[in-house]
Amino acid sequence: MTDAQPPVSEEPTRRDFLYLATGAFAAVGAANVVWPLIDQMNPDASVKALASIEVDLAAIETGQSITVSWRGKPVFIRRRSANEIAEARNVSFDALPDPQGDEARVTKDEWLIMVGICTHLGCVPLGQAGDFNGWFCPCHGSHYDTSGRIRKGPAPKNLEIPPYEFVGDTRIKIG
Amino acid sequence: MSGESTYNPSTGFTRWLDTRLPIMRLVHDNITDYPTPKNINYWWTFGGILTFCLVTQIVTGIILAMHYTPHVDHAFNSVEHIMRNVNYGWLIRYIHSNGASMFFLAVYIHIFRGMYYGSYKAPREVLWILGVIIYLLMIAAAFLGYMLPWGQMSLWGATVITNLFGAIPVVGESIAIWLWGGFSVDNPTLNRFFSLHYLLPFLIFGVVILHIWALHVPGNNNPIGISVKSKQDTVPFHPYITVKDAFSLSIFLILFSYFIFFAPNVLGHADNYIPANPLVTPAHIVPEWYMLPFYAILRAVPDKLGGVILMFSAIFILFLLPWLDTSKVRSARYRPLFRQFFVLFIIDCLVLGYLGAMPAEGIYVVLARVGTVYYFAHFLIILPVLGIVEKPKEVPESISAPVLGGSAQAAE
Amino acid sequence: MIGRTPTLLAACLLLAGLSAPSPAHAAGEAKHPHAIDWSFSGPFGTYDRNALRRGFQVYKEVCASCHGMNQIAFRNLAQPGGPEFSEAEVKAIAAEYEVTDGPDDYGDMFERPALPKDRLIEPYPNENAARAANGGAYPPDLSLITKARSGGPDYIHALLTGYEDAPDGVEMRAGLYYNPYMPGGKIAMPAPLLEDLVEYGDGTAATVEQMSLDVTHFLNWAAEPELEARKKTGTMVLIYLTIFAGLLYFSMRRIWADQH
Repeated sequence: MTDAQPPVSEEPTRRDFLYLATGAFAAVGAANVVWPLIDQMNPDASVKALASIEVDLAAIETGQSITVSWRGKPVFIRRRSANEIAEARNVSFDALPDPQGDEARVTKDEWLIMVGICTHLGCVPLGQAGDFNGWFCPCHGSHYDTSGRIRKGPAPKNLEIPPYEFVGDTRIKIG
Repeated sequence: MSGESTYNPSTGFTRWLDTRLPIMRLVHDNITDYPTPKNINYWWTFGGILTFCLVTQIVTGIILAMHYTPHVDHAFNSVEHIMRNVNYGWLIRYIHSNGASMFFLAVYIHIFRGMYYGSYKAPREVLWILGVIIYLLMIAAAFLGYMLPWGQMSLWGATVITNLFGAIPVVGESIAIWLWGGFSVDNPTLNRFFSLHYLLPFLIFGVVILHIWALHVPGNNNPIGISVKSKQDTVPFHPYITVKDAFSLSIFLILFSYFIFFAPNVLGHADNYIPANPLVTPAHIVPEWYMLPFYAILRAVPDKLGGVILMFSAIFILFLLPWLDTSKVRSARYRPLFRQFFVLFIIDCLVLGYLGAMPAEGIYVVLARVGTVYYFAHFLIILPVLGIVEKPKEVPESISAPVLGGSAQAAE
Repeated sequence: MIGRTPTLLAACLLLAGLSAPSPAHAAGEAKHPHAIDWSFSGPFGTYDRNALRRGFQVYKEVCASCHGMNQIAFRNLAQPGGPEFSEAEVKAIAAEYEVTDGPDDYGDMFERPALPKDRLIEPYPNENAARAANGGAYPPDLSLITKARSGGPDYIHALLTGYEDAPDGVEMRAGLYYNPYMPGGKIAMPAPLLEDLVEYGDGTAATVEQMSLDVTHFLNWAAEPELEARKKTGTMVLIYLTIFAGLLYFSMRRIWADQH
């Protein structure tokens, strides 16, 4: 490399500037080329168009659950009994690894809507199981309560609540 | 060149690495400090441009494969999905589809440069042969890739070309059925062609490494065709050649970008935006432009087997070029007669290309026959005879001599 | 210099060869469509939103009874670079149609109003039904029609407005119509546009010429929805490359200075 250096010119600063500008220009160009190559792996327009679904809740009786698919993930929709609601409300924050009130997790007390994916490593928990009468993840033994909060086991967080809104008395839009 | 290495590891780590995996030495000797004749002109920058083309095709191809579905029911729609839904999908697909044309444009310039300056002559015969192998693999990759969008031209182009194998006596039909995995071009064909299309670029990459290796043993040829005599005749590859290659590439990219952004479909065929239909053949089946001269040769022969043999011979004859050219002088610069025949040969190739796009009827067939005969005559008669009858001009003593003299311009 | 000329010539001719006449023209049967000065042609071309919206209306009210557009979803009508209807307008347009969805909880398919994510509604359930309803001819899907025909939008416009009485000596079977722009001259589609066939919301007079220009404009967008982004990016790329090539040229001159 040493003998490959370009000859020293009488105007080193101007020469350096030219090489710097060329190099900087090449770097900017490369960065702009790389972005489309990365962004192509992000969700495409057709996937984004499916990002919200509407679900009719009318047919769900108290004490029943359904599972719907949203963005390829299971969403649990449970119509909770008065007992379950009371159970969820009467918990001291000290007993919660991820403290959160039940009120903050529902829009209407009766309807618990959450993403059915264990916050530990992504398995789907079983309903109405476990030590807290809520959900139990068979993969690594995480127990969730009737509000979907983590109570025991390796999972670090409560089950996630997806963005949703009621678009009618018994109709919700998820996403 | 394969002389002694000039690499001097400067730090403790590079010394340690050099005795275990001398990869820095390899880079230094073959890229950084590789001695290159100082008089090579812009036609020598197409090697770098071709490397760029290959990498571009591989990168965009891998990305397209993430979104493409090789199934007859989904292939066409998945390409449209790429064009319409995938982020920057249209850009990546247009780079890939026009990239194939740019790759061939560059390789043709590269091949004709080799022919003009006698770069195939001793001691570079193996280098040349490896180049022809790369060209053959490129043709195969391009043909397989053209099938993937599963438009009308994809299906019928594949049908016509695979039917060529049916011309082989006795086993021809079995071979065609074996290629198809059925009794016509259909889903099994598409699936295997996709697999092979993905494989071939990596084979090309491997042969390119051999090609560069075979180049670095004797070193580059140069416009005056005489061997490097001293260090005076060369410059280190970096930065002299790298910057020149980069400049040439930037000009090439302007042309490339023009096609991608402003004329992305002019090099393709409208019929390929019609989904493949096995019951309807397009009015005219034409290959991509870079195949047209060979297509003209194929159709110039009234006999099926004869046409196929002649078409393949037109490519395979390139393997023999180093021995068909009997002249000891490399560069056409000192071969006044050869230079004229070289121009005629290029015109012949272009005329054949034009005829390949025309319907195979009337005067076009007659002209294609004349062109075909001339094509082979160039290799089999003109080149061997020229080497004997031609009186070459006086060749300079060394590279440095003429560079300092009148033709300094030509060196840049 | 001498050494370069032939190869340079070759390169130029190669490039010229790329634009060699395509074989469809070489067949010499069809009349050549004359070039229209579309707002989307040229390096800085963009679509005319109003023309796109009018064109969609023509497609919807005239073409859609026989021709599908299976690559286009209602949501596309709202995306940048297209007709750019608002989200609410697109929802309303989609809701005019019913699509089959399902199966529901009982395993039955059911009808529901179309949503923006749905594709435009196909006029026929399959190709056989389309042929049966059109005397054996298959009305092609229009999603890519301007790319799928040599001559592009000029050809589509010429075809739509180019119907004539068959010249003497040309025999027309029933169900075929004479159109000199169609290769072969015979087309199974009767002249689709008549004066005032649609009523434009923006007060534009619905002449055959106007409707044809509008619907072709719309069809070109459907085939190349990326056109505006493509040309804009292309302009930036070319400016960048020109400056970059200039910088490289001067760097090269500087580096090679000691060799001359």
